Parts: sequence; C-alpha cells; structure tokens
Amino acid sequence: MSNVLAILEQRDGTLRKVSHEVVTGARRLADALGGEVHAFVCAAGPISGVDAAGRHGADMVITATNAAFGSYAPEGYARTIAERAQAGGYAAVVCAASAQGKDLAPRVAARLGVSLAADITDVGVDGGAVVVTRPVYAGKALLKVRVASKPAVLSLRPNVFTPVERPKAGTAESVAAAGEGGRVVVKGITAAAAGALDVAEAPIVVSGGRGLKEPANFKLLEELAHAFGGRAAVGASRAVVDAGWRPHGDQVGQTGKTVSPSLYIAIGISGAIQHLAGMRTAKVIVAINKDKDAPIYKIADYGVVGDLFEIVPRLTEEIRKLNG
Amino acid sequence: MKIAVCIKRVADSETRVKIAADGKSLDEAGVKFILNPYDEFAVEEALRRKEQAGAGEVVVIACGSGASQETIRTALAMGADRGVLLETAAVPADGLAVARALAAELKDGGYDLVLFGKMAIDDYNHQVGPMTAELLGLPCVTCVAHLDLAAGKGTAQREVEGGMEEVEFPLPAVLTVDKGLNEPRYPALKGIMAAKKKPLEVKPTTLGASGLEVLAMTPPPERKEGRIVGEGAAAIPELIKLLREEAKVL
Ligand SMILES: Cc1cc2nc3c(=O)[nH]c(=O)nc-3n(C[C@H](O)[C@H](O)[C@H](O)COP(=O)(O)OP(=O)(O)OC[C@H]3O[C@@H](n4cnc5c(N)ncnc54)[C@H](O)[C@@H]3O)c2cc1C
Ligand SMILES: Nc1ncnc2c1ncn2[C@@H]1O[C@H](COP(=O)(O)O)[C@@H](O)[C@H]1O
Repeated sequence: MSNVLAILEQRDGTLRKVSHEVVTGARRLADALGGEVHAFVCAAGPISGVDAAGRHGADMVITATNAAFGSYAPEGYARTIAERAQAGGYAAVVCAASAQGKDLAPRVAARLGVSLAADITDVGVDGGAVVVTRPVYAGKALLKVRVASKPAVLSLRPNVFTPVERPKAGTAESVAAAGEGGRVVVKGITAAAAGALDVAEAPIVVSGGRGLKEPANFKLLEELAHAFGGRAAVGASRAVVDAGWRPHGDQVGQTGKTVSPSLYIAIGISGAIQHLAGMRTAKVIVAINKDKDAPIYKIADYGVVGDLFEIVPRLTEEIRKLNG
Repeated sequence: MKIAVCIKRVADSETRVKIAADGKSLDEAGVKFILNPYDEFAVEEALRRKEQAGAGEVVVIACGSGASQETIRTALAMGADRGVLLETAAVPADGLAVARALAAELKDGGYDLVLFGKMAIDDYNHQVGPMTAELLGLPCVTCVAHLDLAAGKGTAQREVEGGMEEVEFPLPAVLTVDKGLNEPRYPALKGIMAAKKKPLEVKPTTLGASGLEVLAMTPPPERKEGRIVGEGAAAIPELIKLLREEAKVL
C-alpha cells in the first residue's frame, strides 16, 4: 500500500489554508511512493473549499461527517482518522503541525501504536522508507530520520510546504462518522481580532521589539502590516510580550511561536538566540535596527541601519505604493 | 489531590550545538542541562493545585539517564514531594517509546491529574503528553494557558491560530501546559536543602523499539551572507528593489 492520507483542517465549515500545504506535502510523498493522495476532513457537514484539495493534488476528498464534529473534537477526530488509516492500509498519514494538528497527530499515532515524526520541514523516500527532516535544538540542528513504522504519521511545519497546483480529478465523497465527539469538548474560540492572521501562518511577519519604546508605537507596525494587504501579521519579541505591550500569541521565538514566512521584518529587535530560534527558517529576513552591530544582522539577508521611527513610515509608504 | 508531573532534562537554549562524533547526536561536552522550561510551569501548577486543595501529593517522573536525578531534585526543590526516575541509557527520538514507559509508571498511580509541558525545548516533539493520555485512556487537553478546576471537571483555554479555544473536560485528565499559565517559583535555599532528603526512586527501565531511526544530525544550512543595504529612510527604495528583484518576495 502506497497511498497517503492527508488530514485537512476546517474551522466553522471552511477549509483552512494550511490544508493546501498538507495536500502539497502528501502529494510529494505519494509521488515518491507511487500512490494516491486521499484528503480527509472531519466536519459536521459539507465544507466549503474542499474542491481546492483536488487542485493541489488529492485524488479523492473524503468528508467524515458527525454532528459533534463542527468544532474540533479531539477524541472523535482521532478515533475517526485512526480507523480510516487502518481500514485504508495507508503508507502514511500527514497533517499540519498547526495548533490542531499538534494536538491531533500524537493521539492518532498512539491509537495506531506507531511513532510520530512531528513538525517536519522535508519529506522523501529512500529505499522504500519514508525519510523526513526535522529541526531540533531550536533550529540549531536538523535531524534526518527514517520512519520505520507503518503508517508513517507525519506533521508538517506550517508555511514550509508551499502549495503548488497539481490538478487531479479529486472525486469527492461524504461518509458518516459513527460515535461520540468525546470527553474533551471544545466550547468555542474567542477570536483575538477579527480576521487577524496568526503569526505562525502569515506569509509576511512584521515583528517589533523593545526598540519600539512604548506599546502605542506598535501602530507603526500595524500600519506596515496593513500595507501588505492582508498578507502580513504583527509579531513581537519576548521583551515586549513580558512587558505586556503585546499578547503572548504574537511572540516569536523559543518560548513563543516558530514562524517560517517568506518575509520576516525584525524592527527594533536585537536578535537574541531565543528570538532567532523562532524565525531563522524565514525565507528572507530584513532587519531594521539603530545598532549596526546588533546580532540580528548576522542572520538578516538585508539590513537597514538607523532610527526605526524614521525608517518604518517610509517603508510603509513604499509598500503601499507597490500594492496600489 | 494527587498529581503527577512528567519532566525532562534538556540542553539549555543558550547551548552552542556541536554534533557528536557519531554524526547523529548532540556532543554533550560542556553543555548545560536544565529542567525543560515548560515543565517548570507544570510543576508550579501542580504545587499550586495541591496548596489550594490543602492536601495531596506531587510526584515528578522523568525518563532518562542517571543525570536526570539532578533535574528531579530541581523539581523537588521547588516543592514536589517525591521523584521517580525511569532510568534508561538514553532518551530516543521517538516520543511513543517514552510515552509507553511513562504510561506504565502512571497507570496504577491513582492520579487526579497528570501534567506535562507542551513540548520539550530540545526535540520540539509536542507529543509525549497526548500519547501518554491515549495509552492511559484518559482525556487530554494540550497547550493549556488558563485552567479552572472544579469538582470532577475542568475548563481550559488553549491558544489556537487567531484566538483562544475554550475546552471542557472531566477529571482525572492529562494536561500539557503552555507558558503564561503561571509564574514558576524559584527554589529557595530551604527547598534545595529539603530536596536532598526527599525520596527519589530509581527504576531501571528498558524502552521498546523506536519507530524512528535517526540517520544524521546536521547543522542547519548556512544562510547566505546578508548585507546592510544602507542607513536611514534613504535606503528604503534600494531595499524595496532588492526584495522585488533579488529576493522576489514582494
Ligand atoms: C529561556 C528563555 C526563553 C526566551 N524566549 C524568547 C522568545 O521566545 N522570544 C524572544 O524574542 N525572546 C526570548 N527570550 C528573551 C531574549 O533572550 C531577549 O531578551 C529578547 O528577545 C530581547 O528582546 P528585544 O530584541 O525586543 O529587546 P532588546 O534586546 O532590548 O533589543 C532592542 C533593540 O532595539 C534597538 N533599537 C532601540 N531603539 C531603536 C530605534 N529607535 N530604532 C531602531 N532600533 C532601535 C536596539 O539597538 C536593540 O537592538 C528568551 C530568554 C530566555 C532566557
Ligand atoms: N524523557 C522524558 N521523561 C519525562 N517526561 C518527558 C520526557 N520527554 C518528554 N516528557 C514530557 O513530555 C512533554 C513534551 O515533550 P515532547 O513531546 O518531547 O516535546 C515534556 O514537556 C515533558 O513534560
């Protein structure tokens, strides 16, 4: 059996973007194994956007419906996915290392009695076995790991498997999932700010540190993020989170989030090792700091030295021009 | 309240990572080891819950080499009552192998609550807690940043993309804890002295076969040499040009 089960994610009946990354990663693995991708989503009813799974390379999309599956139901989802994985004899089960995936993947793996290769940044096949890469020691080393267990259960680090279009027929079917939602019940999500992108998922992250001087000045960063037209989120260093200027959910770094955006702009951030731990895998790093010897410049691709209060408004203005 | 806390000895985040001669592991020479920071939140939470209940026991359990005794002593110095070391030669990359050993130890312990860190800062695995819960058949909530416990049940908040998720669960339960749940205490000198006399049981343990085989550990790819584009706002047009034409991210 060389098929791959790709676990999609929905919230409020809409497919989450990270699902496209999962299908993309699963497709890459299935191609190497010579198998199919079966995309699988737990939901209370039809999900809008599932057809996109076909576009990204799913041969089949299965919606497992259960009245208790509107919100994330950890135990119900884990049971349903594990049963499917077993019944389908899959070579691999792939999900996102998102908030939900980090909770779900270990449960699925434990139910199947197999290991989990978590938060991987690369996947391939070598001599018939699934081989993955995963960062350890806060990104200061990479482990290459052969996954011996069947199925190989993998979670993909968000923002690493850039979605590519690989159209497949993508037949869709809906199956009723039996059983209860489980003992652990999600009552709801209180949104941080309407429509705000999460730093862990945004393609562009604009982060601020103690150099911003006071909380109100984060307005400069919000304006810059806004200029990117809904593609950017505002992040923060721990110094400003601990000071209560920004919520913990915005913190980037070892005790915050690990982000891999295509563009990371560090503003008034010195670049402590624990901060770098959270953003060193960004594709392009820009630093704005008045101290030309700040450690952030050691990993930045591009640096602008000087006073952020002068530089950031100009940057915002230019980005606005670009995005019309 | 009888509470177990699973704790891990990890390399300090300041560690300069040097790869050992086998090409597969960390060269531990000169590395400082600490109690996993997320497990500190778990120990602190356990101590507070016991204090609030006015009675109970906090047991810390680590799986690892003999050196983990020091980690257990740190938790005992914070105030935990006793420790158990499931002694193994080394801790494998496979969270399931560790979860199985922990589950076997926890199974008949009669715990009301079993706490974990949300992740270990060395392997970023995010898995030993929920795997252990599955093996024990206990309900589990991960990444708990806010916790209310009442008779026989609890409410937790956990961070998800773009907000906080509110979750209800029955007790006994397994919880993995996030930063922000509390502010861990520092062990006082008195606690450090007392910790030396607290019971620490060492149980030789053989872990099952690992489903993950480490082939190699390598340094991350070097980022190509960056450059200072210029000084002040005057450098912005050049920066934009580079981001568009060279980096192609705009
Ligand atoms: C166990 C542990 C875990 C940690 N986890 C994290 C983590 O997850 N994330 C994290 O970020 N940190 C973390 N830290 C903290 C980290 O070590 C640093 O203390 C923190 O990142 C510093 O934040 P900062 O860069 O905002 O502040 P600072 O280090 O004070 O840097 C401020 C920078 O702003 C610049 N600046 C000042 N004024 C201006 C101006 N007008 N224009 C331009 N530049 C200006 C300065 O030159 C300076 O470089 C952790 C530490 C420990 C011990
Ligand atoms: N070897 C171990 N011994 C005891 N507890 C552990 C061990 N490894 C992990 N844990 C616990 O599981 C949590 C998550 O670890 P991990 O899944 O490795 O990221 C940690 O914060 C600890 O609470």
